[in-house]
Amino acid sequence: MPDAAVGLDLPDVEEWKRVSPRYVVVETVGTIVFGLVLTAMAAAVWLLLDVQWALYVIGAIVLITGASVAFEPRRVRAIGYQLRRDDLLFRRGIMFTRFVSVPYGRMQLVDITRGPIARWLGLADLKFVTAAASSGVLIPGLAEADAESLRDRLVELAESRRAGL
Amino acid sequence: MTTLADGEWHRLHPASPLLRGGIFIVAVLGFIIANLRERLIDVFFGVPRYGGDPIDAILERGVVGWALLAVAVVLVLILAVFYLSWRMHTFRVTGEVVEVRSGMLFRSNRRARLDRIQGVNIVRPFIPRLIGAAKLEVSVAGQDANVQLAYLGSTLADQLRRDILRLASGLRQQAVPAPDAALAQTSRLSHAPASPLSPATAAADRARDLFAPELDPDAAPPESVVRIPPGRLIGSVVFSGFTVFVVLAGIALIVGVTAGGSDWLLVAFIPTLIASVSFYFTRVIKSLRYSIAGTPDGVRVGFGLLTTSNETLPPGRVHAIGVSQPLLWRPFGWWQVRINTAGHSSTQGAAGEANTTTLPVGTLADVARVLELILPGFDSAEQQALIERGLRSKGGDDGFTNAPRRAAWLHPFSWRRTGYTVVGGIALLRRGVISRELVLVPLARLQSVAISQGPVTRMLRLASARLHTVAGPVSAYLGVVAAAEALVFFDRIASGAISSAQSDTSHHWNQPIQDQPTAAQPTWKQPNGVIE
Repeated sequence: MPDAAVGLDLPDVEEWKRVSPRYVVVETVGTIVFGLVLTAMAAAVWLLLDVQWALYVIGAIVLITGASVAFEPRRVRAIGYQLRRDDLLFRRGIMFTRFVSVPYGRMQLVDITRGPIARWLGLADLKFVTAAASSGVLIPGLAEADAESLRDRLVELAESRRAGL
Repeated sequence: MTTLADGEWHRLHPASPLLRGGIFIVAVLGFIIANLRERLIDVFFGVPRYGGDPIDAILERGVVGWALLAVAVVLVLILAVFYLSWRMHTFRVTGEVVEVRSGMLFRSNRRARLDRIQGVNIVRPFIPRLIGAAKLEVSVAGQDANVQLAYLGSTLADQLRRDILRLASGLRQQAVPAPDAALAQTSRLSHAPASPLSPATAAADRARDLFAPELDPDAAPPESVVRIPPGRLIGSVVFSGFTVFVVLAGIALIVGVTAGGSDWLLVAFIPTLIASVSFYFTRVIKSLRYSIAGTPDGVRVGFGLLTTSNETLPPGRVHAIGVSQPLLWRPFGWWQVRINTAGHSSTQGAAGEANTTTLPVGTLADVARVLELILPGFDSAEQQALIERGLRSKGGDDGFTNAPRRAAWLHPFSWRRTGYTVVGGIALLRRGVISRELVLVPLARLQSVAISQGPVTRMLRLASARLHTVAGPVSAYLGVVAAAEALVFFDRIASGAISSAQSDTSHHWNQPIQDQPTAAQPTWKQPNGVIE
C-alpha cells in the first residue's frame, strides 16, 4: 500500500453531476459578507474600546476570508450528485470530504429554497429530507429548471420504491 | 374482538374528564385550603384564629343562601361541562384507522393509520389506577402525532390494544367476523362503561388490578420474559455516573472545609444531598417491576410501581439498538439496551427517561434474550456468538472488520475494538473499550449512510462512517475505519439497505405473504399518521 495520504474517492462510479459554476458567486458573496460582519465587530472593539490587538484579529479575518474565497471554485466543483438505480449518491468537500447514499424509498419530502443572490442568478437549493435529521443531503446551486425537474424525478423514483418507515 | 374495535363510535370512561382535569381540581382545592387555612387549623387542632376568612364575611352579611346557591351553580356548571366534554369525546377503530373526535367549541379530529403504528402504550397513573381506568396511547411517527384515549376501563384498554394490534398486523381477514355480523352485534355509540358490579366485587377487582403483574400472563410465553431483581436495579442506579459526581462533589466539599473554607458550604450541600436521594429513589421506583416479553404482536415492555406503563412495539419498529456498558458496571457484567424508534409515547419510560430504554440493566443472558425479542430471526448460535464477541471481545480477528493499527493515533485504547460487520440484513458496529458499546442497525430501517474524511484522517489513510437512523439515544457511527475499508463499508451498507427494504414486510407483520402489497401499489400514499 502506498504510504502517501490518499483522499477518499468512490471507485467505479459514473460521471458526477456537478452544480452550476454560477454557484461560486453565491458562496463568495456569502463568505465576504460574513467576513465583513466579523471585521466590523472587531473594528468596533478596536475603535470603541481602544483595544490594540483587535487589529491582528482583523488581519486574520481578512486573510482567512481571502483564502476561503480563493478556494471557493474548487469547493463548488467538489459538490456532486448522481442518480443511481436505487439510491441518490451525494458528495461534497475537498478538505472535509463526505459521501452520502440515500435510497429513494426513504424520501419523506423534497424542499426547494432560493436565497436572494441565488434567485438573482436563477439558482435554487434542493434538499432531500429523510426521517433521519442527520442525513443532510442538500444539493445547492442548481439551475431553477434543473432543480424542479430533479425534484419531480426524485418524487417519481421514491414512489416506485416506497418502503414503510 | 371486543365491541370497541368494530368501526363504530364509542365513548371513553365516564370519569375521564375528572381524571384528565386533575390539575385543575388540585388547583381549586389548593385555593380553597389557602383561604380557609386558619379555620381548618382551628377545627382540627383547636388553635384560635385571628382575622376573618371568606366564610366569616359571608356569615356577617347574612348571604349564606346566596353563597350556597353560587356554589351549587358552579358545581352544576362544572358537571355540565364535564358531561358535555365526555359526550363529545368519541373514538372508533376500523380496519384501517384509529380516529378520535373531541372538543366542544374547538372540535378536533385525529386519525392514525393502523399500518403506520409505531407502538401502543397503556399507562395507568396512580389515581386512575385506583378506580380502574387506564390511558391508551397509539404512537405514530412525528412530533406530537400520537392518538390518546384517556381514559378507558382497565380491562377494556387491554382488549382494545389487542384488537388494534391484530388489525394492524394484517390478520383482519381471519379475525373479523363478516361485516354485517359486526354491525348487528352492537348498538350504536355504546360507551365503554366501568364494570357495573356491586361495591364489594368492584373493590376486589381494583385490588386485583393493583397487584396484578404488568404483563397479562397468557399474552406472553413465560420463557420469553426478562425480569430484573430489585437488588440489581438498586445496584445499577448506585453504580452510575451520577454517583461518581456525588462522590467527587463530597470529596471536594470535605477538602474545602478542612482547608479552612467556610462552614456555610455544608449548609449549601444539604439540599443537594436531599435532591440526590430523591433522584435515586424515583429512578428505582419507576423501574421497579420491570418486565419485557415477546408477544405475537411485538415486544411488550412494562414497568412501574405506583404509576404503571406497558408499551407494545410491533415488529419492525426498531430503527437502531445500542447495547452499552459503563465502566462501573463491568465488574458485575451488567449491560443496558436502548433503542431508536420513530414514534415516541408522551409518557416517560423507566428511570424517567423517554421510552427508549428497553432493558435498564441486565446480564449478558438477559441481553441475548432481549435482542432475540427485538430482532426476531437474528438468533442462530452463530449470530449470538457474534453479538457476544461484539460486546466482550478485545478485538482481533473475530468476525468484525476492525480499524488498522495506525488508528491508535486517534483512538489509542479502543482502536482494536472499533469495527463493523454486516450479517443477515443487520449492521453491527462495535466501539469503545472503557465504556463498551455495540450498535445494531436493521438495514431495512436505515435512512442513509455517509462516510467522511478530514485532513487528519486523510493523513492517516483513515475515514469515519455513520449510519443515519431516526433520532434517538443510539447513534450509529464508527470514529475510525481504514479509508479503503470505508469504501467497502459504504457499498455494502448502501446495497444492503436497498435489498433489505425491498424484502421487508414488517409493517403488516402477520399478513399472509401472498397478500403483501407490492411496492407499486399506492397503499403508502397517505401521509404518516394523518392529523387533521
